[in-house]
Amino acid sequence: MPSTYTPIATTTLGSAAPSVTFSSISGSYTDLILVATPIYSTSAATKLYINNDSTSVYSGTWLYGTGSAAGSYRVSNTAPIIINYFNNGSSDTPNQIINFQNYSNATTFKTFIGRNNNSAQGTDAVVGLWRSTSAITQLELQTTTGNYNAGSTFTLYGVKSA
Amino acid sequence: MPDTFIKIASVTVGSGGAANIEFTSISSAYTDLFLVVSARFNASLDAGSGAAFCKMTFNNVTTNYSNRFLTGDGSGVASNNNTNPPNFPCAGTNNTSNTFGSTSIYIPNYGSSNNKSISIDAINETNATTAYAVLRASLWSNSAVISSIKLEELATGANFLQYSTATLYGIKSS
Repeated sequence: MPSTYTPIATTTLGSAAPSVTFSSISGSYTDLILVATPIYSTSAATKLYINNDSTSVYSGTWLYGTGSAAGSYRVSNTAPIIINYFNNGSSDTPNQIINFQNYSNATTFKTFIGRNNNSAQGTDAVVGLWRSTSAITQLELQTTTGNYNAGSTFTLYGVKSA
Repeated sequence: MPDTFIKIASVTVGSGGAANIEFTSISSAYTDLFLVVSARFNASLDAGSGAAFCKMTFNNVTTNYSNRFLTGDGSGVASNNNTNPPNFPCAGTNNTSNTFGSTSIYIPNYGSSNNKSISIDAINETNATTAYAVLRASLWSNSAVISSIKLEELATGANFLQYSTATLYGIKSS
C-alpha cells in the first residue's frame, strides 16, 4: 500500500531564525498539512507568505477563545496574513496545524484551515484565502517580530486522495 | 515509501461497556500522535445538553495540565480556562440514541523532553436545542515522553457504552 500521508520536509531549528521556508513543493499531492511547534524569542505571532507573494491578496476569518472571552475577527486585502490571532510568549508552548486544500491546481484560489493552540494565551481556528490560481510551491512562516528559537519544529506533509 | 501515518492501536467497546480506554506502551518511534475518539457514556453530566465528558490523562499523571478552550452550544459562545486534565464533550445517556460524540486530538512531538502541547476539536451532536462544539488548547507541563493515554468519564464514574471507539495513530516526520 503506497503511503498517502507523506512527510515532504521537516525543519528543527538548531539556532534562532526569523523564518522557515518550504520551497519547491511537489504538486503530486492533493492537500498539504503544516504542523509547527514554534518557540518564539519574544511575544510574537506568525506571518504566512505563499509563493513569496507579498501583495494584498490574503484574507481570513478567526474564531478565538482567550480563556475568558470569545470572539471572531476578520481581515481582508492584507499581506501577508498573520495566521494566529494571539501573540505567543517566549515561555509558551504553542502548536499550529494548517491544512491547505487542493493546493496544486491552477484553477481555483487557494484556501486553508488552521488551528492555533496556546494554553497560556488561547485557542483559535482560522479559515484563510490566498487569491491566486497558482499552484502552491512555497510556504514561508515568519515571526512578526524576533525569531523562532532553537528547538522550534516545522513539518510539511503531503496527503494524497488516491 | 514506508507508511508514515500508522495505526498504533484501536479499541472498540463491547457489550459490557468499559470504565476506561487506555493505550499503553506507546512506542516512541513516531513524531506526533493523532487520536480519534467516537464515544458515548451511560451518564449525562450536563443537564442542559445531556452531554457526558471524557477526561484524558498521560502516563497516569493527573497534574500539571493547563487549558484554554472555546465552546459553542448552539445559542452562544464562551471561553474558559483551567488547570485540570483535558476533557471533551461526548454523547451521554440523555442525547439522541445511537449518537456518539466525535473528537480529534493531535499531540505534536510527544516524545520530546519539552512540555507537550495538545490540540483538541470535539463535538457531542444531538438532535436537540443544545449541543457542544469545543476547540481546546491544552498543555501537559511534563518533560516525560508520553507512553500511555487514558480516557475515562470525567466525574461520575460512568462507563463507555458499546460501540464507542478510540484509535491512536502515529505520524512520522521522516
